[in-house]
Amino acid sequence: MSLLNLLRIALKALQRNKLRAFLTMLGIIIGVASVIAMVAIGQGSKQSIQQQLSGMGSNMIIIRPNSNISAGARLDATAVQTLTLDDVKALQKQASHLSAVTPLASAKGQAIYGNNNWPTTIQGVNPNYLDVIRQWPLKDGIAFTDRDVQSQNKVCLLGQTVITNLFPNGENPIGKYIRFGKVPLLVIGTLSAKGESAFGQDQDDVILAPFTTVQRRVLSTIYLQNIYASAIDEKSTTAATDEISDILRTTHRLKSTDEDDFAVRTMQELINTFSSTSQLLTVLLAVISGISLLVGGIGIMNIMYVSVTERTKEIGLRMSIGARGIDILLQFLTEAILISITGGIIGVILGITSARLVTVFLSWPTLVTEYSILLSFLVCFITGVFFGYYPAQKASRLDPIEALRYE
Amino acid sequence: MSDQKILELKDIRREFRMGSEIVRALKGVSFDVAAGEFVTIMGSSGSGKTTLLNTLGCLDKPTEGTYLLDGVDIKKLGRNELARLRNQKIGFVFQAYNLLPRTSALENVELPLLYNPEFSAKERKDRAIKALKAVNLGDRLEHTPNQLSGGQQQRVAIARALVNEPVMILADEATGNLDSRTSYSIMALFQELNSHGKTIVFVTHEPDIASFSSRTIMLRDGKVMKDSINENRKSAKDLLAALPKTEDY
Repeated sequence: MSLLNLLRIALKALQRNKLRAFLTMLGIIIGVASVIAMVAIGQGSKQSIQQQLSGMGSNMIIIRPNSNISAGARLDATAVQTLTLDDVKALQKQASHLSAVTPLASAKGQAIYGNNNWPTTIQGVNPNYLDVIRQWPLKDGIAFTDRDVQSQNKVCLLGQTVITNLFPNGENPIGKYIRFGKVPLLVIGTLSAKGESAFGQDQDDVILAPFTTVQRRVLSTIYLQNIYASAIDEKSTTAATDEISDILRTTHRLKSTDEDDFAVRTMQELINTFSSTSQLLTVLLAVISGISLLVGGIGIMNIMYVSVTERTKEIGLRMSIGARGIDILLQFLTEAILISITGGIIGVILGITSARLVTVFLSWPTLVTEYSILLSFLVCFITGVFFGYYPAQKASRLDPIEALRYE
Repeated sequence: MSDQKILELKDIRREFRMGSEIVRALKGVSFDVAAGEFVTIMGSSGSGKTTLLNTLGCLDKPTEGTYLLDGVDIKKLGRNELARLRNQKIGFVFQAYNLLPRTSALENVELPLLYNPEFSAKERKDRAIKALKAVNLGDRLEHTPNQLSGGQQQRVAIARALVNEPVMILADEATGNLDSRTSYSIMALFQELNSHGKTIVFVTHEPDIASFSSRTIMLRDGKVMKDSINENRKSAKDLLAALPKTEDY
């Protein structure tokens, strides 16, 4: 029998029992819709975490002093000061996988403007920290330059949170003098809003100033808290990490048996950690929704069995007017597949819609991927074939004489 | 009318195994049916009537003996080939009509053609309309079985049996569910089809019905007891006309 006739026969059979066909479909619809929606939620949160982390600079490498043993006691990393400007210079000169290196000195303190004050952090960096490492554009004004760093100029850039708290009346901060502790600083620019980091930190609650200004005028030290660097591209972060280790071990004159007195962290590592966590979430959600798809499939099988028994006489008639066993088998199989595929289509539409609704009403990030749609369709088809086959086979093996006399 | 033999049965035997017992339903049945005959097969229950019907309809194969349908020996055929034979050479009419519910008369009549790959959708429709017109239901094409009376439903079933242009129409108690008036009209239809050359084999237990046919085969205990030509064949159309009209509906 031709495929067209097969479809025609199956469609007509389903039309005769529209409500039942729809109720059977419902199991598949719910199953597919929940798979699509859940995977969309999982993928969405994964993507948004990745974006947030990339927003911090996906090629970024952070070098910090490591805890070290001093007279038998392990010291806290903040208490050890092993990184110096010489390290920065060595890295700038020798490293081939790095596009930018900057020292970073940071201090907590009170920022003051007029009657307003705000506890915040000042970070001293080189100019390339903004454009190369963090890829952080200015909102207004100009950035400080290498010349400002050389001459320890008292200039600064304000983050948006600092601006709201120091200039609550909406004054333009550019050109104003603020004080950080006792040091007066001229505001020459403002930073664009960056939002919360993946760890919940407010990235806009910061003042950026030339490195030397913070180190000499605010902190009065020669050590650095951190060195920030940027790999040429994402792929070379691992190579860059190894290179940094080699260079720093040399400049720190560490013996091969000594532990590193510094630690190198890349954003890539962080991204991977978070990605694998949300991947696990996605798989978990998909499995749970997969179970409902399975239940839907069993529903199809159940109804197909009932249908075969109920339509025994019809099967007998079809056989007596010339349907072969295979025709009957294919008819019932096609009915099952039609139910599951139609359910699948409705389910996909419903799933995408509910993912959208989740985004709109709960502001959760969602991402509907093509592969989850494709996979659902495939699963639907397989469900239809798998759960439709046995009832269909049962139908095809009926004896036409007995089937005709069945009451 | 030609003398071409449509059915040739030679010493047909059919045995069923019921547990340890062997039941002999047919114990050597032989007869021929020529093209254009209207044969009724009669017999009380247990006479082997149903088994013979199943055999004639190619739903069952005899244990022994040969059965040629339109020259084809069905003993040599497999399940699928039998299905094709039923599709192209036999038109079944059942006691309970066996129409598909919630399906229009037209679609019910088209059904056998769906299992015949030679027909296009248009040919199917044309043929089905022609068959329905032949049973005087040309104005009921889109009616579903529950919108039709018993007699009309049986007419649809007859149209379905005609649509494949079979060599034989095989009717199984086709008037068993109908009142006498309607059964006369159905018999009149059969007689009309027969007069146009259709071969009809009608299985029944009502002697009344047998009198409309051209030949009666009586079965008893799995054997042919009597095989006779009906000399004074009655016309169902005349009987129908003779019934008082006030009994209508």
